[in-house]
Amino acid sequence: MSKSPKLIAAAFIAAACLAAGLLADERTAHAEEASAPAEAAPEPRARAFGLGREATPEEIAAWDIDIRPDGAGLPAGSGTVLAGDELFQEQCAVCHGVFGEGAGRYPVLAGGFDTLTKERPEKTVGSYWPYLSTLYDYIRRAMPFGNAHSLTDDQVYALTAYLLYLNDIVTDEDFELSKENFAEITLPNEDNFVPDDRMEEAHYRDAAEPCMKDCKPDPAKVVMRARILDVTPGSIEDDEGAGAGAVD
Amino acid sequence: MGQHKGINRRGLLTAGLAMGGAALSAPAARAAGDPAILEVQDWNRYLGYGVQARPYGTPSEFEAHVVRRDVEWLTATTESSVNFTPLHDLDGIITPNGLCFERHHAGIAEIDPAQHRLMINGLVEKPLVFTMEDLMRFPRVNRVYFLECAANSGMEWRGSQLNGCQYTHGMVHCVMYTGVPLKTVLDEAGLKGTAKWLLPEGADAAAMTRSIPIDKALDDCLIAFKMNGEALRPEQGYPLRLVVPGWEGNMWVKWLRRIEVGDEPWHQREETSKYTDLLANGTARRFTWVMDVKSVITSPSPQLPVKHGKGPLVISGLAWSGNGTVKRVDVTIDGGRNWTTARLDGPSLPKALHRFYLDIDWDGSELLLQSRAIDENGVVQPTKNELRSARGENSIYHNNGIQTWHVKADGTVENVEIS
Repeated sequence: MSKSPKLIAAAFIAAACLAAGLLADERTAHAEEASAPAEAAPEPRARAFGLGREATPEEIAAWDIDIRPDGAGLPAGSGTVLAGDELFQEQCAVCHGVFGEGAGRYPVLAGGFDTLTKERPEKTVGSYWPYLSTLYDYIRRAMPFGNAHSLTDDQVYALTAYLLYLNDIVTDEDFELSKENFAEITLPNEDNFVPDDRMEEAHYRDAAEPCMKDCKPDPAKVVMRARILDVTPGSIEDDEGAGAGAVD
Repeated sequence: MGQHKGINRRGLLTAGLAMGGAALSAPAARAAGDPAILEVQDWNRYLGYGVQARPYGTPSEFEAHVVRRDVEWLTATTESSVNFTPLHDLDGIITPNGLCFERHHAGIAEIDPAQHRLMINGLVEKPLVFTMEDLMRFPRVNRVYFLECAANSGMEWRGSQLNGCQYTHGMVHCVMYTGVPLKTVLDEAGLKGTAKWLLPEGADAAAMTRSIPIDKALDDCLIAFKMNGEALRPEQGYPLRLVVPGWEGNMWVKWLRRIEVGDEPWHQREETSKYTDLLANGTARRFTWVMDVKSVITSPSPQLPVKHGKGPLVISGLAWSGNGTVKRVDVTIDGGRNWTTARLDGPSLPKALHRFYLDIDWDGSELLLQSRAIDENGVVQPTKNELRSARGENSIYHNNGIQTWHVKADGTVENVEIS
C-alpha cells in the first residue's frame, strides 16, 4: 500500500474544516427551515428527519466529475494527440503497451476491429466502446492504476486524443481534442448496443412445465471435462491457454 | 488431520499437579474398540482456554481449508480481481462474513468511518452531506439478500473449465444487511420531478459508478452499514455499501460516498466496456441488471468427493433468483433423463439463497448430477446449451445454465458437460 503522508495530512485538514463548518451549517439549515414562509407544498416536505447538512458547491465540484455521452460534466480544457502520446508512454505504456496493445494480462485499448463476431473477440475502445465520454470519465476517475486522480483535465484530453489516434478514429497527430469539439466524435460501435431482451429468448419465452420423466431417449454421455483443460488452481503448471472469463 | 496442538501452559500446570495420581494406562488394543473412545483425550482431561482468550472468535483449526480462493490466471493484478466463496464447505443460506467472495477494482479501501461522507447531489431540492453518525439516525431495516457477481460462472461459457463449485459458482454470497432504505435518504434531499436515474459512486481508487433507474432505487435498494449483525467488512465496503437486491453485484457499490441524481443514464465504464453482454451477432446487451434463476449442487462436487461409499448420500445445493423466491428445485442423478423434486429447507426469502436437499441411497454407480431451479414466476433455469444457442459463447456475464457433476464409482467428482 502506498500511502502519501501529504495526502493523509490534506485529508485531515479537509476533515477538520468540514467538522468546523458542520455545526454552523446545521444551525443555518435549521434557521432557514424555521423561518421559511409556509407555502403549499405539492409533495411531502423534504428533510423529514433534518439529518445531514447542505453540500457546498466546492464539495460537489470536488466529487462530481462524471461525464455523460452528451458531454454534460466535461471540464474546460484541451489536449493534442502528440501530447497524449508523450504522456501515454510515461504513464500508461508499461501496462497498456506503447500502442495500446496491452502488456501481459492488462487491458488492450486499441485495435480488434471486426472481431466482435469472431471466436475470440477483442473488445477495445475502438472496436467495442459506445461513447467517448466514458473514456475521458474513466481515465480521470481511475487511471493510472494505483495513482488515480493525478492527471490534469488537459492531460486527460490529451490521452483521450491519443487513444482516438491509436484506434484510427482520428488520423492527424496534431489533432486537438477539447470540450468544444468533444461531442463531434463518435465511436464506431455506438449503435451495436441493445436493451436487455433476455426474456425473449426461446427457453424463457416458451417456458413450459419442465420434463420430469424419460426426458431423452439415450443415456447421457460426457462430452467435455474440466480435468482435460487442467486450469483449476492446485492442478496447474502452465496457465497459458487458460480460457475465457478474464476480469479487469 | 493434525494431532492436538499440545496442551497450554495452564494445562501443563494442572497436569503437573495431577502427576501424583495414577499413571496413564497403556492404550487399549484396537480389537477392544475405538481408541477415540477407549483412551481419555487431552480435551477430556485438561483445561481449555478461558473465555477471553479469543475476544473475536475464529473457526476451528480443523476448518483451515474453508477459505476464499482465487484463480491467478484470471486477472493481471490481485487488486483488480475476484476470489471465490467456498460454497462446497458451507450449508444453510447465510454466508459467514469472512468467507463472502471479494471483487475489487482497486484493492480494499481502508476507510476511517469518522472521515467517511455520503453526498447526495444532482436533481434534488437540496444537495446533502451525511456523516456515518447521521445515517445511523434514520429508521433501519433488516433484509437477507444474495449478491452474485454478473461474471459468476463466466469461465464456463465455452465449456467445463474449473474443477470445483467454489470456482464455477463461488462469486455469490448471502447475508443479512442492516441499513436504511435508499428512498428514505433520497426523500431527505427531495427528488425533483425530472429525477429518473441515480449514479452511486465508491470512495475507493476505482471510484466505481453505475447508473441505476429511479424505480429500482425507490423500490428495495438499501444503504447498508451492517452484514450479519456486525459492521461491513472492509472488503465488503466498510463503512457503507449500496444494496441492489436481485441485481448484478457490480451495482452494489462499496465504500459508497456519493449518489448523483440525473435524468439520463451515464454510460460509465462498468456499463459499456464491462457488464455488457456480447451476443453471437456482434451486438451487445446493455443494462442486463437482473440475475436470473440459478442453482448448483454444492455437495457432492469436485472439491467434496464422496468418501463414505455406498448407502445414504446427502445431495445438497443452493438456488436463487433475482426475481423473487425459488419455488422448486429438481435434481437428476442420470444427466437429466429423470428428475426428482428436492426438498427446500430453511427460510425462503425473495432474492436470497435457498438451500435444497435430496437424500438418496447411492448404489455406487456413476452419477451425472444436475439441479434445475424454478422461481416464483415459473421461470425455469435453462441449460448451458440453451443459453449458448441464444447468445453464443462470448457473453462473459449472466451464465445461469444448469451445472453437471460427474460422480465416479470411486466417489471422485468432476465438472463436465453432457449430451
